[in-house]
Amino acid sequence: MPDDALTQRVFSVIAATQRIPIEKITIDGKFEELDIDSMDGVNILFGLENEFDITIPDEAAKQIRDVRQMVEGVSKLVSEKAAADSASAVN
Amino acid sequence: MANHRVAITGIGVISAIGRDVSEFWASLAAGKCGIRPLKSVDTATLRFRNGAEVEDYDSSGYFEEKRADFMDRFAQFAVIAGREAVAQAGIEWTPDLRENAGIVTGSCVGGQSAEDTGFVELYKLGRNRVHPLTIPKVMANAGASHLSMEFGITGPSYTISTACSSATHAIGQAYWMVRMGQVDLALAGGSEATFSVGILKAWEAMRVVSGDTCRPFSRNRTGMILGEGAAMMVLEPLDRARARGATVHGEIVGFGMSADASHITQPSSAGASRAMRAALRDAGLEPESIGYINAHGTGTQANDGTETAAIRAVFGAHADKLAVSSTKSMHGHALGAAGAIEAAATALALRNGLLPPTANYTQPDPECDLDVIPNIARPAEVEYALSNSFAFGGLNAVLALRR
Repeated sequence: MPDDALTQRVFSVIAATQRIPIEKITIDGKFEELDIDSMDGVNILFGLENEFDITIPDEAAKQIRDVRQMVEGVSKLVSEKAAADSASAVN
Repeated sequence: MANHRVAITGIGVISAIGRDVSEFWASLAAGKCGIRPLKSVDTATLRFRNGAEVEDYDSSGYFEEKRADFMDRFAQFAVIAGREAVAQAGIEWTPDLRENAGIVTGSCVGGQSAEDTGFVELYKLGRNRVHPLTIPKVMANAGASHLSMEFGITGPSYTISTACSSATHAIGQAYWMVRMGQVDLALAGGSEATFSVGILKAWEAMRVVSGDTCRPFSRNRTGMILGEGAAMMVLEPLDRARARGATVHGEIVGFGMSADASHITQPSSAGASRAMRAALRDAGLEPESIGYINAHGTGTQANDGTETAAIRAVFGAHADKLAVSSTKSMHGHALGAAGAIEAAATALALRNGLLPPTANYTQPDPECDLDVIPNIARPAEVEYALSNSFAFGGLNAVLALRR
């Protein structure tokens, strides 16, 4: 389960990109409710890549339809990156 | 095939010498020059510092933040000018009119600031990704696309890119569409926002930009000064405009084009002459009926002498009777918007009975021995005028306008 701090950072990126108040964003929010179209979605992914220094693959990006999937996807990539970083640190 | 007379029922302008038509006209009438040190880009590494900028432009006065995020500065200028033109024309949109309206815009370099930002990210900052809106912001047709969305115009809409002739080609094509009855209304013009370091460096390398100011037709001219902005016109069949009680600001009566087919940057007077003759022929006018020419008049050594020779070749003895000015001396060379800003200046000049001057003029040049209206606007009742645009690449376009 993603931690609250990570969730809030994802919300912040969505709010900044969509130019909407962060209070409007909930973990159960659907893209349609937030007026996020396909181009907006791509914009948000760009913001998330910068915020978390991750690379979101095209295939994974296509599956994302709501805020929860976005938070979980970022959480997974951040964990993988942390694991990779520590592995390379050990080596 | 229909052959309508074509009225200009609305004009919109945003430029270095005016954020709307009335401010623009007041500056032209006063001979006020908009060339100043550039503020929107760092000129520290450039050999020139001056430009004709829409100074302290802030998109928030015109667009909601989210919308502005999707538009490069040049597309914002297109919509700002389009809004003014449409409001002035008093258009009442109906589904039928939206479907039978078209848009033709000109742009030379498209969304330069978006492109420049992306390249800085990649090549200077060493990042591996650029903003996902880079493509929709850079594309040269973004102005036309945003205009179509702004007004819900669903008829033929496209963009022409012929360097410094772009907007003149755009207005000319729109004029022909209205004249032939292909559309009931056209929104036409050009927009440009060229002030980004990458492209300014490219201009610097060509050694055609003045380090000082733009002095068209003056012997001591030292080159062009880049400008930015947009102008849009609403064109309608004259009978339709009159029937709905619209104010007619003038007419487009002819359009001519040519290609030099000689050199990628050196202008040819023969090509320029052919475009002027083509516009006169299209308008059914004798050269003697022209009273004013808004010249291409870039202020480069090559253009102004060549353009003078071209005007003499077309007009013969009448060249000494007509007045010629380059308003680029005030609003700068706005590249793909230039032809629209100058066509707007020409229409306003005819309507107001006042010919705008060539500003910054200090020394007569025997190679440019035309009546160039030095520095001070001149009252004159003129019926017909030409607006000249001659592009790098030798692609020329000329509009004929009527009061």
